[in-house]
Amino acid sequence: MKLFEYMSKAVLRKHGIPVPDGFVVSSADQIRKITGPVMVKAQVLIGGRGKAGGIKPAENVDEARRVAGTILGMNIGGYTTKEVLVEHRLDVARELYLGITIDRSNRSLLIMASPDGGVDIESVPEERILMLPVNPLIGYQSFVGRRVASFLGLPPEQSSQIVSICQHLYQLAVEEDAELAEINPLVITKDGKVIAGDAKVTIDSDALFRHKEYESLPEDLTPLELKAKQLDIAFVQLEGNIGVIANGAGLTMATLDSINMFGGKAGVFLDLGGTDNPEKVKKAVLLMAEANPKVILLNIFGGITKCDTVAKGVIEANLEKKIAVPFVARIKGVNEEIARDMLRDEGMIPASGLSEAAELASKESLR
Amino acid sequence: MAVIVDEKNRVVVQGITGYQGSYHSVAMREFGTNVVAGTRPGKGGIEVNGIPVYDSVREAVEFKKADTSCIFVPAPGCKDAALEAIDAGISTIVIVSEHVPVLDAIQIVSLGNSKGVTIIGPNCPGLASPGKAKVGILPSKIFLKGSVGVVSKSGTLTYEIVNALTERRLGQSTCVGIGGDRVTGTSFIDILKLFEKDRVTKRIVLVGEIGGTAEEEAAKYIMKNITKPVVAYIAGRTAPPGKRMGHAGAIIARGRGTAESKIKALEAANVKVARIPTDVPDLLDRE
Repeated sequence: MKLFEYMSKAVLRKHGIPVPDGFVVSSADQIRKITGPVMVKAQVLIGGRGKAGGIKPAENVDEARRVAGTILGMNIGGYTTKEVLVEHRLDVARELYLGITIDRSNRSLLIMASPDGGVDIESVPEERILMLPVNPLIGYQSFVGRRVASFLGLPPEQSSQIVSICQHLYQLAVEEDAELAEINPLVITKDGKVIAGDAKVTIDSDALFRHKEYESLPEDLTPLELKAKQLDIAFVQLEGNIGVIANGAGLTMATLDSINMFGGKAGVFLDLGGTDNPEKVKKAVLLMAEANPKVILLNIFGGITKCDTVAKGVIEANLEKKIAVPFVARIKGVNEEIARDMLRDEGMIPASGLSEAAELASKESLR
Repeated sequence: MAVIVDEKNRVVVQGITGYQGSYHSVAMREFGTNVVAGTRPGKGGIEVNGIPVYDSVREAVEFKKADTSCIFVPAPGCKDAALEAIDAGISTIVIVSEHVPVLDAIQIVSLGNSKGVTIIGPNCPGLASPGKAKVGILPSKIFLKGSVGVVSKSGTLTYEIVNALTERRLGQSTCVGIGGDRVTGTSFIDILKLFEKDRVTKRIVLVGEIGGTAEEEAAKYIMKNITKPVVAYIAGRTAPPGKRMGHAGAIIARGRGTAESKIKALEAANVKVARIPTDVPDLLDRE
């Protein structure tokens, strides 16, 4: 779960990492007082805000209101700006990069640092990035922070601040279950203070059961995405016109790949997880009908449940809300012949194998 | 021979009183697995399908000599369950539970590795050695005893491919689902190493998917260390970047983890890569 900049900064502050003073508003007239020059920053969960005109300076209240008025409601990369952060403007001497994330290969947390902050870290050459996996059995030790400071080439008074920030960042990741906490830029001000200029924190959504405080936070989801989330179904909107429902991430992707080989294109991706629970299949079919694809392709590889039971769920969904588009169904497992007959009787298109199903669905989509 | 599990493993099912634990303990036993005990704190003394239930893994080890655990405990209690199994001296742990927080997985895996414990998962279907035993939730009927070793990040996609192999009478030695999360206890390389040593395994199938660099690392390893023929399939050729495709790990991030990069690396290691899952048996037949 991605947090907006102002929430990310609140998390940083909670863990003892310096951030600029500021406040969030959802309308310009909520800005009543500012002390000194500020930055007005669009709160959207996408990069490139500055280039899009979503970050602007202001010298006084009137200007801050005027600028906020232009930024609020602005569309940035498909996201509507609903809030702006009004924040004390920093006197920037240098911009660094500091972050912590998951290192999949080392199976640990990984601290990343670069002297080239303020730009997309993707564009920074690898030799300018320090990557330090933290041994999970030992945890963070100060020597890690000292290595970061020395790589960044900082004088002693700032090195000690960096060591402290690294320690707090590691604590933050562990205590908040952050899968990513990025400070970019980490600013060194003209008076020598180290402070977070921007922040991006992503909380591991699998860990939300122990972080109730994040549960009520606003998320930018479409109505269908929200429904899918409540049903614990992975929903991904794609470009094509075939709605794919399958059980298991790998199988769903393989179904997409197979469709593609026959010239079709998937428009919606619904992954039920590794389950063949008929109730969940039924709900997914209903959800898919709402997404208005041109063709629906259901591919279920059964484990525990019998295919006829799954087919019954599909038919029930069809009774509840008549599916008006071609429906190709492949249900593999025990009693699959019975399931195929049931689906055929309902006017659906049964398939026996993955390739056959993909071919049939693609053909229908190209009609 | 088979890798990691055979009829000699003595399995304790953690979370045996739940629907999944109860159902699959019987399915495992019917497949040939020696399921010796189950656990559920507070329910010690009862039986589930004739399997004695204990309060703790320690008791299952003491009274039933359990050496292998299969964990069905829901995510919030999964770390505790896995650390309990490690502490009790269990040597092989299969974690079926899904949605385990990644930092919990890191702790489980790092402690397990430091004690020489083999951990499969989390969020995995487990593993099966046809004719011998299975630990996990893989559907029994798709398997056929034979000499193809299968290692996969996926669950149902593995079933799809194993089923296709079986239909072509290409039996399997062991089939291992390592799980699709970002952090898993066992990697492709760990299993490839075992397949290379295993005398029964003659050919290997590797099933990967987009995200991370595990397939690229496996390709490097295959090039240097694997003499047996390997056929692969990578799911997600058509997945767009930046979207998480079901599995927590299945995302093309920062330009890394694409199917192209994985396929290129595997082909450079002389691995035949199938375009769709059902092509795997054809390619294997030609090896």
